[in-house]
Amino acid sequence: MSVQQVLFDAPGPKARRNILVGNIIGVLLIAAILTYLVIALGDKGQLTAAKWTPFLESRSWEFFILPGLLNTLKAAAIAVVTSIAVGLLLGIGRLSHLAPLRWLAGLIVEFFRAVPVLLMMIFFWLALGRNNLVDDPTFVAVILALTLYNGSVIAELIRSGVQGLPKGQREAGMAIGMTPIQSLRSIEVPQALIAMLPALVSQFVVILKDSALGYIIGYAELLQNARRLGVGEGNLIQSLLIAALVFILINFALSTLATRLSALLSFRTRATPRKQQPTGAAAPAPSPPQRDAAEEGPSPV
Amino acid sequence: MENYLSLFETYNVPAAFWVNIQLTFWAAIWALALGTLLALMRISPIASLQWIGASYVNIFRNTPLTIIIAFGVLGLFGQLQVSLTEDFNLNFFRLAILGLSVYHAAFVCEAIRSGVNTVPLGQAEAARAIGLSFLPAARLVILPQAFRGAIAPLGNVLIALIKNSTVAAAGSVAAESASLMKTMIEFRGDLVIPIFLTFAVGFVIIVIPVGLLTTWASRKLAVAR
Repeated sequence: MSVQQVLFDAPGPKARRNILVGNIIGVLLIAAILTYLVIALGDKGQLTAAKWTPFLESRSWEFFILPGLLNTLKAAAIAVVTSIAVGLLLGIGRLSHLAPLRWLAGLIVEFFRAVPVLLMMIFFWLALGRNNLVDDPTFVAVILALTLYNGSVIAELIRSGVQGLPKGQREAGMAIGMTPIQSLRSIEVPQALIAMLPALVSQFVVILKDSALGYIIGYAELLQNARRLGVGEGNLIQSLLIAALVFILINFALSTLATRLSALLSFRTRATPRKQQPTGAAAPAPSPPQRDAAEEGPSPV
Repeated sequence: MENYLSLFETYNVPAAFWVNIQLTFWAAIWALALGTLLALMRISPIASLQWIGASYVNIFRNTPLTIIIAFGVLGLFGQLQVSLTEDFNLNFFRLAILGLSVYHAAFVCEAIRSGVNTVPLGQAEAARAIGLSFLPAARLVILPQAFRGAIAPLGNVLIALIKNSTVAAAGSVAAESASLMKTMIEFRGDLVIPIFLTFAVGFVIIVIPVGLLTTWASRKLAVAR
């Protein structure tokens, strides 16, 4: 974070002038890009009032955007809960003292992390739809695909969280007569969950973003409804932009929450790096390395 | 078994994977170039450029890739008649590459920035002490070390990109593997699970070596300190 100040000195008169010139160029660049966009869109007739006024009418929101958002949030919320459940199961499986269980959980986790979510979604959609197993195959397919992928990712988070704990935690559990599984369940995993909370919240952003894949299999989520609205009103570009804006606002709020959490929790997890003084390492205001990963926000999948 | 093997005579599965690999290859190059530029902006002393970099990352990192790809075909092509080539199908392919690059550039930028975090303070101080200004210092001292420190996160972005190349299905790239799998399941409903496993294992075979390779490279090329 504070790396920016590291790369250059407090500027002198000449550097200040250069920075000023750079800033002017930068502002001109922003202005040029914006002007170009406005002119290009205006030329194609995309800025006329008729393209934008549908968003002032309540029926656009009532019948398209809000139901779409509701479906997106519904799928994401259910997938968050099921992913955490699956993640806990697989994570504890990967940490088990029984080797076959460990291998099995490892195999499942590695497999579902490597398979694109979209492939799983299409598979569940067509497989469930064929056999008439459920009422709403698109919805169930979205949930299942999101759960399997994100559950595997959360299992890895839990595993790395538990492995990052001081050894004494487990030893203390054993010393008071707990079985390994008891110590995992009531001592290690809860601490790992707290330590990994920022990364977990970042994963929620991934779940919310990936729920938009439901568009491809015809689940009536926000993007799908925005497209329908856009086709109906003849303002596809504007509708997609509004849908993107809604996603960005929600995800930005979640990402900010993740960063805040990681700052808030940094004192709780400071126990281990006591002896490793940063010997001239990294940034001047050093945050322990494992924190950086969490601060990075949503991952690209 | 014979049924299953006959699938490969009717449908060209390797060709579909080849489309995904091509999408990944071109998108990776563009995303790396754009992401490096954005990272440079974000670490530069110029506030307006920092602002551009940060806004870009925050916007594209928080937008679903599906919207970006759909926007390419519905908005750019459908409404604005943007075409990157005369060829109808190639145009969708290139628009998908554009969408994938724009999206992943934000993650490349953050990966490189995390690489910059691994460069010790003394390196930047030494660069300044011998009189290098920002750009030469970045080019000669900071970025070469930052890239070597960023191999692991860049590898994660590459793996995500490989998997995300299937989302090109939303951009009318009908030849890629997710679309082919859909077609195959629709026509050969008796073989749903074998068809899915074929494609899934295909991705496992591509993704896991890339993961092992980048982990190995990040250890091998780590700057010894």
